[in-house]
Amino acid sequence: MFFNEEFETLPRPALEALQLKRLQSTLERVYANVPFYKATFDAAGIKPSIVTRLEDLQKLPFTTKQDMRDSYPYGLFAAPMEEIVRIHASSGTTGKPTVVGYTQNDISTWSELMARSFVAAGAHKGDIIHNAYGYGLFTGGLGAHYGAERLGASVIPISGGNTKRQIMIMQDFGSTVLTCTPSYSLFMAEEAQAEGVDFKKLKLRVGIFGAEPWSEAMRGEIEEKLNLSAIDIYGLSEIMGPGVAIECIEAKRGLHIWEDHFIPEIINPETGERLPEGERGELVITTITKQGIPLIRYRTRDITSLTYEPCICGRTHARITRMSGRSDDMLIIRGVNVFPSQIEAILVGIEGIEPHYMLIVDRVGTLDTLTVQVEVSEQLFSDEIKVLQALSRRVEKEIKDMLGVTCTAKLVEPKTIQRSEGKAKRVIDNRKL
Amino acid sequence: MKVEQISIFIENKSGRLAEITRVLGDAGINIRALSLADTSDFGILRLIVNDCAKANPVLKEAGFTVSKTEVVAVEVPDHPGGLSAILQALDREAINVEYMYAFVERCGGNAVIIFRFDETDKAIATLKAQNFSILDGSRLYNL
Repeated sequence: MFFNEEFETLPRPALEALQLKRLQSTLERVYANVPFYKATFDAAGIKPSIVTRLEDLQKLPFTTKQDMRDSYPYGLFAAPMEEIVRIHASSGTTGKPTVVGYTQNDISTWSELMARSFVAAGAHKGDIIHNAYGYGLFTGGLGAHYGAERLGASVIPISGGNTKRQIMIMQDFGSTVLTCTPSYSLFMAEEAQAEGVDFKKLKLRVGIFGAEPWSEAMRGEIEEKLNLSAIDIYGLSEIMGPGVAIECIEAKRGLHIWEDHFIPEIINPETGERLPEGERGELVITTITKQGIPLIRYRTRDITSLTYEPCICGRTHARITRMSGRSDDMLIIRGVNVFPSQIEAILVGIEGIEPHYMLIVDRVGTLDTLTVQVEVSEQLFSDEIKVLQALSRRVEKEIKDMLGVTCTAKLVEPKTIQRSEGKAKRVIDNRKL
Repeated sequence: MKVEQISIFIENKSGRLAEITRVLGDAGINIRALSLADTSDFGILRLIVNDCAKANPVLKEAGFTVSKTEVVAVEVPDHPGGLSAILQALDREAINVEYMYAFVERCGGNAVIIFRFDETDKAIATLKAQNFSILDGSRLYNL
C-alpha cells in the first residue's frame, strides 16, 4: 500500500533526475536568500552552478547544529517571515534552542511525508490514531497529527503523560494505531498491567515509535507486550520532524528515507569523506524541497548506514539502518535531547557548584532515568541538611526548566569525580539499547 | 561561650565513617561528642573534638569536605522537665533550633545538650538571663 504511489515507487533514474533538479533550485535559493550560505559558498569559492550532477553535492560544505545556533533564531530562514506559518524548536547545546520555520508548502510536504509514513507502517484511512507524542515546540506531536489528518485517519491528539487516561481512552475510543516513544509504550504496557487492562483485548494493530534510539530486542518486547506491530520512524526537527524516514511493514528492514525531498549521504564523522553504500557512518541530509529553512548537507550526528537495494515493498527510496548511536555526545533521555555541555552550563551557573559532574543514565523498568552527580565543594557545603537538600532540588529544577528533563541530583564527596584531562568521561550510560 | 564543632560531608557509601574515625585516631584526636544526620543520599557527621584546630586540616588532607560551625553547649538539670524549661525559654524569644544532640557528662552526671541555633548570640543571652548553665568550649574539649 502506498499513499503516493507515483513518487514512492519512482524508478531510480527518474528519482535521481528529480533530486538533481530540486537540489539545483534549492542551492540557487539559499545562495540568494540566506547570507550564511552565500558566505560559506563564497569562502569555499563555490557557486551553486558547480552542481551539475548529484555527485557534485560532495563539493559543498556541511551545515552543523553549531551553524544553526550561531544563526539563532531566524538567521538560516530562506523565506520571509510573512511566509512562515509555523515555528518549532528543539533543545540546543547551551540552553538556546535550535529554531526551524515552515511555510504553508513545508507543512503540506511534511503532512504528506508523514501520511506516506503512516501507510508504509500499515495504517490507513479509517484508523484511529492515538498520538501520544508531545504537542508543542517539539515536532513529534503536530508532525504526526497533520500526517494522520492528511491520511484521512481519525487522530486523537492526546499528547504525552497521564498514562491512566491514555489507557482508558485507548480502550474506550478503540485506538488502532499508537504513536509515541518506544520507552513510553513499554511504560504504558506496565501501567495497563497494573490496572488489570489486557493489551491483547485492545484494538491496537500498529505502533509507530521514534524520537529515541531502540533495539531489535526492544521491538520484540514491545510487540509481545502491546500485541501490535512495532515500526521504527526517524526524523529530526532541523530537517523536518518525524517522517523523514520510516520502516515499511512488509520488510521491517531499514527505514525508507523520502528521497524525493531529502538527499542522504553517509560520511566518516572524523574526516567528512563520503562512505560507500553499506558502510556505517554519520548521516548527512540535504533538504531539496524545503522553503522555510532549507539545509545543505546537514550533519545529523546520527550513526547509520545506507542501502539502495530494492525492497520487497516496492518503494524505490533508499533505506537507512536502525540508528546505532551518535557521533557526538548527545543523550536522548525519554525522547529529550540532552548534551552534557548543556548540563555543565547550568551547573556552572549555580553559585558554589564546581564544574565536575557525572551523568548516569539508566533504564529503570521501562523509563530512562538521569542522575546528575555533583561534587560538594567546601564553598557550598553546609552543616545543615536542609541547605544541601535545597541545593539538590535547585539543580534538579534548573535542569528541568532549561532542558525539560527530570533528573535526580546527587551530592558526592569532592575529588571523587574524574578530572578533565583533555576529554573527561562525563557520562555513564547503563541502558542496554 | 560558643563551642566549635566540625561538620563533615559523607557520601552514602560504605566505609566512610570508618575512614574518618581512623584519620582522627591516627592523629591522636579524641572525639567528645558526635551526631550523624542522614538522608538517603548523604550524611553530615558533626563532631566535637579535643583539638579542633588540628582535626580540621587533618580531615581536609584526607580529602573530606569539612566546615566549622559554632554551637552552644547547655547543661541540662537531670530531672523531669529539665530540657523543656530550656526550650520554652527559647521559644518565648522565637529562637529556632536548627538541630541538637545530647551527651552525658562524665564527671558531673548532668546531661549536656549541643544546640545549633539560627540566632546564636541571642540564644546565649536568653539562656544566661534565665540562669541556665552554658559550658565553655575549653571545658568541653577537656572533659
